[in-house]
Amino acid sequence: MKIEQAMWLHEQHELLLEELCELSGLSERELRELVDHGVLAPIDPDAQRWTFGADRLVVARSARRLRSDFDLDPHGVALVVALLERVHELEEQLRDLRARLPGSVE
Amino acid sequence: MKYKDYYGVMGVDRKASAEEIKNAYRKLARKYHPDVSKERDAEEKFKELGEAYETLRDPQKRAAYDQLGSHRPGQEFRPPPGWERQFGEGTFSFDDIDLGDLFAGVMGGAHRAGRRAGKVPIPGEDYEVTAHITLEEAYRGTEVDLELTVPEYDESGFAHRVRRAFKARIPKGATDGQRLRLPGKGGKGLNGGRDGDLYLNIALHPHRLFRASGHDLFLDLPLAPWEAVLGTSVQVPTLGGPVRLKIPPGTHAGRHLRIAGRGLPKPHGGEGDLFAIVQIAVPTATSERERALFKELAEASSFNPRGHFEQEAAK
Repeated sequence: MKIEQAMWLHEQHELLLEELCELSGLSERELRELVDHGVLAPIDPDAQRWTFGADRLVVARSARRLRSDFDLDPHGVALVVALLERVHELEEQLRDLRARLPGSVE
Repeated sequence: MKYKDYYGVMGVDRKASAEEIKNAYRKLARKYHPDVSKERDAEEKFKELGEAYETLRDPQKRAAYDQLGSHRPGQEFRPPPGWERQFGEGTFSFDDIDLGDLFAGVMGGAHRAGRRAGKVPIPGEDYEVTAHITLEEAYRGTEVDLELTVPEYDESGFAHRVRRAFKARIPKGATDGQRLRLPGKGGKGLNGGRDGDLYLNIALHPHRLFRASGHDLFLDLPLAPWEAVLGTSVQVPTLGGPVRLKIPPGTHAGRHLRIAGRGLPKPHGGEGDLFAIVQIAVPTATSERERALFKELAEASSFNPRGHFEQEAAK
């Protein structure tokens, strides 16, 4: 059986704005709105062609799903995505604290 | 064709108004949306819900669905004679068709029209799966067996569910919550639309010894009281084999001893660290001689671990 190679989605791999649009299903306008709302940040906002860390694709896809599944307007999407990001950060902190807690092998 | 109870999935009455259906969808979507839900089978539940809502929200599709009558979920059934002429276009075989695909496909709309006319490129659907791997597998890199049920379209544009199995290589460097993308391994695109992708979400199985945070690992290191006081050198397990660790004299419980580079490898070179967290283990079964020695130590020592309590009380 052929073995498929999986690609990392992390900040060290970069995606062009157009690639991020194509892979996430968001339009360029929607993506720029998310940047305006501070939900997504290009690696260099002053660059002629915006690029994003590939981990941002996870956020962009989530934004696209939330928009279509909950009928949200751009402000609503930005709010939910920002809150979800916050939740993920807190979950990561919690995971870190648990890992540091002696005797807490699950 | 197997029957699906869309009203049951949405928890509404067959006579529910459009408004009631919309409200039921919103309520359940908040509960099961994979981006916000913590429910175990959220992805699956949300798919069922989306399929039910897509059919019941559209008056034409809902009328067609109602005409199918009411059956047990999963029960094989055939639509009443003439059903496909009344609601769809032309005739087709119901045998191996999924009810959801039937409603998405038969009942007109851009999807079907595009497929038929062969003009509008439609990208294939993306899929998301969680791959559970062990810490050892994350350390070395691994292969996972994946199985997906994806729609494939016949010449007349009807979807048929096909099982697809393949192996995916997860390079070393994965950690909990890491995402990977398998380009083109999702649903097939149509009319020149690109194939969908498969997204892998890595979840690490809990390990008996190590706890992971990012690429760092944490390990409890029990020391005997005399080892902590006098210092020693101990053998410590790591994912790459045991290493010797020097314990300095006077090591406190809770201290993190860093073993550089013995964590998980990072995808772009370098590796996390391993932290050994010191615990002072107290022997439970002691011999006469040991107790005598501890007594002697207690008498000889002026060590007061609660000195700060007294200082506090004296204030």
